[in-house]
Amino acid sequence: MFAYNGVIILFTLLIALMASIMPMPLSVDVFRPDWVLIVLIYWCMALPGRVNIITAWVMGFLLDVLLGSVLGVHATAMAISIYIIVVNHQKIRNFSIWQQALITGVLAALYHLVVFWLQRFLIDVVFLTSYLYPVITTIILWPWVFYLLRKVRRNFSIK
Amino acid sequence: MNPIFKHGPSPQHRLVLVLFCSALLIFFDHKMASFESVRGYLQSLVSPLQYLANTPKQLMTWASTNITTREQLMTENQQYRLNELGFHEQAMQLDILKQENERLRSLLASPLRSEIKKMVAEVISVDSDPYSHQIVINRGAGDGVYEGQPVLDALGIVGQILHIGQTSSRVILITDISHAVPVRVQRNGLRLLASGSGKIDRLIHNFVPQSADIKTGDLLVTSGLGGKYPEGYPVAKVSFVSDDESREFVRVFSTPVAKIDRLRYLLLLSEKEPQNIFAPKTRVKNLSTSVKVQAKAAN
Repeated sequence: MFAYNGVIILFTLLIALMASIMPMPLSVDVFRPDWVLIVLIYWCMALPGRVNIITAWVMGFLLDVLLGSVLGVHATAMAISIYIIVVNHQKIRNFSIWQQALITGVLAALYHLVVFWLQRFLIDVVFLTSYLYPVITTIILWPWVFYLLRKVRRNFSIK
Repeated sequence: MNPIFKHGPSPQHRLVLVLFCSALLIFFDHKMASFESVRGYLQSLVSPLQYLANTPKQLMTWASTNITTREQLMTENQQYRLNELGFHEQAMQLDILKQENERLRSLLASPLRSEIKKMVAEVISVDSDPYSHQIVINRGAGDGVYEGQPVLDALGIVGQILHIGQTSSRVILITDISHAVPVRVQRNGLRLLASGSGKIDRLIHNFVPQSADIKTGDLLVTSGLGGKYPEGYPVAKVSFVSDDESREFVRVFSTPVAKIDRLRYLLLLSEKEPQNIFAPKTRVKNLSTSVKVQAKAAN
């Protein structure tokens, strides 16, 4: 994983992890995009040989530890969402940027719903529509993250 | 390098493997709670990330405290002096009352209250997970934090320690859906249970009988019954009491007095000897041998 500047991939993932636990005011916090998911989606689409479901699962596991949820909840959701990308990466690569953004949004919604279903199964949580607000910000964020990470990939010639 | 024919297991196999691992993790973590000590190590492992994620906020607070004007500082200073005067006076009274209370308690032959030790901690990160209300503080096992330790801010109870790392630990807040505090109404001593609702400004009280004397504005303080929280610290103010008498129980809601959504400095209380989870467990062994010795002596 670390050949051809693979450390950069790890670095971007760590930054995404940090962005997802950074303290924020409550009103903004509801809209926090799924940084880790977005970055993983990009790398899985661009380099499916380097970043795969196992990477996604490990990142989800770290997120579980950082967020203090039951171990395995975010890991499961992350792995399922990334599986869809891995299987269809050839198709999704050829879509336009806005179609990709929509797909990212659908995956983010799936991710949040899987997390919710698992939590519902384990402890009695109730569904609030605010749990799906991050989907909106994730869709808006996708083009920017896409161009930024593509620049990073070409600049460091990560293959 | 982009091979046309990929090596390694197929995505399906990987997904199945990973889902199996997750199921095992969830089962052992949630149902068996067998990850308590592992979580301690994991928490220590990721704490650098948490400290790093906290730096932008710290820079901002640093900047804002450095940019305050002289005038502001002077007025603040004056305010603090006035406050201090008031507190001094109260502290003098408190000392006398404490002595008197201890004397009376010893006269009544009831157990003396042990001195409570305090430790100041700072919040280093707040979780973005909407399903649980937790925060991370900058004290860990190295500072003598133990699991279940009560945490409060300047106004009232905030929560208790959930997981401990070496340099940081995780606090579960009273508003978390899986948390409850035994409380009593300060006015008349009525005992209640304050369960978290998952909303930051609401605690729910279940099973309050229709005949209970409770009304909006009542202050709820810890009753000390659960053994976790020491007695007499403010928890919440009753914000809603339904007057629907057709129900079996009254619906009662209350608002936490601690400013749960703007926590910064916290106070950790400790009554018992702290026990480091990373230290080897020798105490239990000693205890059992001493019990054996006593048993032999008795025989």
